[in-house]
Amino acid sequence: MFGSLFLKSGIIIFPGSNCDNELQNALESVGSSVIRIWHKEVNLPKNIDIIFLPGGFSYGDYLRPGAIAAKSPILNSIISFGKAGGYIVGICNGFQVLLESDLLTGALLRNKNQKFICKDEKIIIGACDSIFTKNFTSGEVVNFPIAHNDGSYFCTDKSLKSLIDNDQIPFSYKENPNGSKASIAGICSLNKRILGLMPHPERVVFKENGGTDGFKFFNSIIENF
Amino acid sequence: MKVRLEIRLNPDILDPQGDAINNALQQMNFKSVSSVRQGKLIELDVKASNQEEAHNLVKKMAEELLVNPIMETYTISME
Repeated sequence: MFGSLFLKSGIIIFPGSNCDNELQNALESVGSSVIRIWHKEVNLPKNIDIIFLPGGFSYGDYLRPGAIAAKSPILNSIISFGKAGGYIVGICNGFQVLLESDLLTGALLRNKNQKFICKDEKIIIGACDSIFTKNFTSGEVVNFPIAHNDGSYFCTDKSLKSLIDNDQIPFSYKENPNGSKASIAGICSLNKRILGLMPHPERVVFKENGGTDGFKFFNSIIENF
Repeated sequence: MKVRLEIRLNPDILDPQGDAINNALQQMNFKSVSSVRQGKLIELDVKASNQEEAHNLVKKMAEELLVNPIMETYTISME
């Protein structure tokens, strides 16, 4: 926990973000300080350690989920931050923004059953040497809720092979709820520093909210940073 | 200049909206329909001195924002 005292997280707020407060509570519960950053800012605050893109419905999901947020002024700085080896996490709509800004590979399509799905989901931890999964064991099953309309992960067969070969799939669904290719729930970049996932670990941080698997996720980030 | 940008899902991508429409049509006894794909149409009013310029402008917009090449293709047409 020593590193955590000094960890500075930034949460980017878009018009329509709605998981930012829960995310802030989750990060503060593991000892990180949090800076909230409006999407119209051009530069990231100095000495920020990790950027979080929260869930929600940025720009009402117009055009394609995450597409318009991906052109927000702050995104240029986030893309530079990511390309320079910075840590970035996108949850749900944040994952869609990461894909639309090409920081991660693939796309998220409409759920196969055409329904908004909001329920607890069993998530399998994959082989992936990242700070996000270090406190879990490969093959461990955790409970993270999902809440999305467009969460069916899609990529080309070539990209999928590359994701598998390079251990870039830290999270998969046990019972694929939305038609995602290879049951993918979350992927990360080749350097394992940029993570996008559809499930919401920030919703299961406190026992009162139905589980603490999310606490383990955020603690893993803090302890292994 | 009025420019129409038609966006379609790539053929290898599942289109649950198209399937739902097809199911409804089948229930209504439109048995001659064998498949439905739903896309989108974006109409733009573009200031340009000729059609080629308008076409190139909208092509640039499609590539930078309006179309996601991982899942979509597009065609540009003008009146």
